Amino acid sequence: MAALCRDCGSQEVPGAACPQCGGRRILRHAELFALTIAHVDCDAFYASVEKRDRPELAARPVIVGGGKRGVVSTACYIARTRGVHSAMPMFKALALCPDAVVIKPEMAKYVHEGRRIREMMQALTPLVQPMSIDEAVMDLSGTEALHKAPPAVVLARLARQVEREVGVTISIGLAPNRLLAKIAVERDKPRGFAVIGQAEAAALLAPEPVTLLPGVGPAMAKRLASAGFTRLGQLAALDAKDAARRFGEEGPALAARARGEDNRPVRPERETKSVSTETTFEHDIRSLAELEAVLWPLAEKLCRRLAAKDLAAGGVVLKLKTAGFALRTRNARLPRPTLVPEPIFEAARALLAREADGTAFRLIGIGAQPLAEARDADTPDLADPDAPRQARRWQAMEQLRARFGSAAVVKGRSLK
Amino acid sequence: MKIAVDRAILLKALAHVQSVVERRNTIPILANVLLDAKDGGLSLTATDMEIAVVEDVAGVTVIRPGRTTAPAATLYDIVRKLPESAKIELDHPGGEAPLVLRAGRFVTNMLALPVEDFPSMTEGKLPVRFALPAATLRGLIDRTKFAISTEETRYYLNGIYIHVAEVDGTPVLRAAATDGHRLARVEEPAPEGSAGMQGVIIPRKTVNELRKLAEETQDEIEIRLSETKAQFKVGSVLLTSKLIDGTFPDYERVIPRGNDKILRVDKKEFAEAVARVAAISSERSRPVKLSVDRNHLRLEASSADQGQAQEELDEGNVEYSAGPLEIGFQARYLADITEQIGDKVEFQFADGSSPTVVRDAAKPEALYVLMPMRV
Repeated sequence: MAALCRDCGSQEVPGAACPQCGGRRILRHAELFALTIAHVDCDAFYASVEKRDRPELAARPVIVGGGKRGVVSTACYIARTRGVHSAMPMFKALALCPDAVVIKPEMAKYVHEGRRIREMMQALTPLVQPMSIDEAVMDLSGTEALHKAPPAVVLARLARQVEREVGVTISIGLAPNRLLAKIAVERDKPRGFAVIGQAEAAALLAPEPVTLLPGVGPAMAKRLASAGFTRLGQLAALDAKDAARRFGEEGPALAARARGEDNRPVRPERETKSVSTETTFEHDIRSLAELEAVLWPLAEKLCRRLAAKDLAAGGVVLKLKTAGFALRTRNARLPRPTLVPEPIFEAARALLAREADGTAFRLIGIGAQPLAEARDADTPDLADPDAPRQARRWQAMEQLRARFGSAAVVKGRSLK
Repeated sequence: MKIAVDRAILLKALAHVQSVVERRNTIPILANVLLDAKDGGLSLTATDMEIAVVEDVAGVTVIRPGRTTAPAATLYDIVRKLPESAKIELDHPGGEAPLVLRAGRFVTNMLALPVEDFPSMTEGKLPVRFALPAATLRGLIDRTKFAISTEETRYYLNGIYIHVAEVDGTPVLRAAATDGHRLARVEEPAPEGSAGMQGVIIPRKTVNELRKLAEETQDEIEIRLSETKAQFKVGSVLLTSKLIDGTFPDYERVIPRGNDKILRVDKKEFAEAVARVAAISSERSRPVKLSVDRNHLRLEASSADQGQAQEELDEGNVEYSAGPLEIGFQARYLADITEQIGDKVEFQFADGSSPTVVRDAAKPEALYVLMPMRV
């Protein structure tokens, strides 16, 4: 059976301890080197980052939270042993754990560390789908040749790298699909590495309560229970027809998930809901013409950012901040998704014209929202015969700029 | 003002004008209809400031001339509910007194807003004049209306564009509409008086009102145009409308020339098959895939949750001799177009991703362009 020492990466581990490094964290699973989908979750992330920065707290219960809502954001594992968990009101948490050290969250720091970890993941595969700042799904299929190692080995290496370079621990669930990977990661925390193979999935899930499935909350569980379904095995036994008859359109999908089936692909960069760019003026601006002059380069910049993410703008958001720091945002839908600055600029200009009533502004920004896929952008439009040419012209200019520098070609408008 | 009129006559006239009145109105007077009784008869006017409809009602006995207003929806509703043969008397003594409606033993008082508040829509000079048979106008509207856009940013697409063009030296009157995904263009011989007219965009609401009026007549409809207004005389009704102030795109450039893969298919079989196949997906924008090969057409649609459906049409209903081709269209767009087509639908394809021309094989005056969807 395939085996792996999580501490040194050795695959020659016949016994309980690794002959290479003496480590005892050994993975052993028939499908270990065939599985490619991983769910990676940082352990008590905010609290771990704080403990890293203040080593004297290592052995003490730490709660990150408070702030405006007065609830627990993250409790370290020591605090968790006392029954503290996230989203718990702080007074309740302190009643359970009076000696806890409470730290106000410092989001910027966690975001920064979360990004570092995500970049390490992205170095291993482009298919990294962030679920939050400290949690992501990775699809490592097809990367074995690149890394000269199967995904399990690469992931164990990632866990060691994160510990070494970031100073926090992660847990990994490795499985044939996203659902099982998510279930796996919950089974071994913190600093865990759990594997669920295809062969054992159904048997492993069968005795579990239906609420184990992500998406089956109390209401759904109640509905299922009233139909006599409390264990996943019961649901799994339903064929598609039966499931549809009992639970409607989503029935067959529910039964499939109860069997551990899941064909959702890993989509990179899910957290991107809008792409934007903005600029703050040296001196406040009142005139529409001057604001428009600033808007054009922002539209160009926005298009480049979108292109870099393989996205397109389905709509435009205009953001303005008055000299008095009042924020105004205005939205407009675009006729079709685009990656070209002209339609974005035109839509934003129409929004701007309504706002530029002599008010002094200190900041202007432009964003794309909703986002669309780049491949759906600038499709031929029967009401806009020039659209395809406009798109080709912009692409040609971008190529020239890429080769000869950003000043190689500029639009007359930006010279004003 | 005091008049006597048969229920049927008043009901028909009110039906014409009241549909212009916006149901939710911030300006109270616009919810009203203007009644103007002169020695010659009664006229009714309703407006939403974009459209005004004036109807001259024949068969009214004017007992005392005068003008007043009445809440359009209420008046219409009451008249509708009166017995069929009722004789109605409308009496307004003037000033702030209510309008009294009597019919047999029924009587009602309605609040009448001051006549002076009722806005008049000045039509100005309307230099272009021509006439179209009602059936022709209906044909122009029916075959383009479905393609009118509802998009707000490109407001100039929210209507039918009517203009004069020259085809092989002969002037034609064209109606066109597009929402960017489909385009409809219908042409008729240019009527006398239309030469040299500027293109005008008739707003959707006006198109709908005009279509309703055109339903009731077989006569000619007189049309007068200026740069900002259009006026239509349909029998005893005069409809005046503002035009959309914008430039309609140069749509001729997007109509493909030389699409040489020709598919002819029986309309009824095709339309019914599209509807059946598309029913598998509740998502409106899902495409129906057309796979064509020698005298053979397969229609296919699928939905991630609900399954897949397909139907084959062959020799009896399909003529196609070019190479195999796969292309997808939104089912509703196909339905909108085929609804306007008689017995045989002709598709002219270039390839699976370029605009496709659709025509009625027997009626060359109408042309449709459809953008394919990715399948």
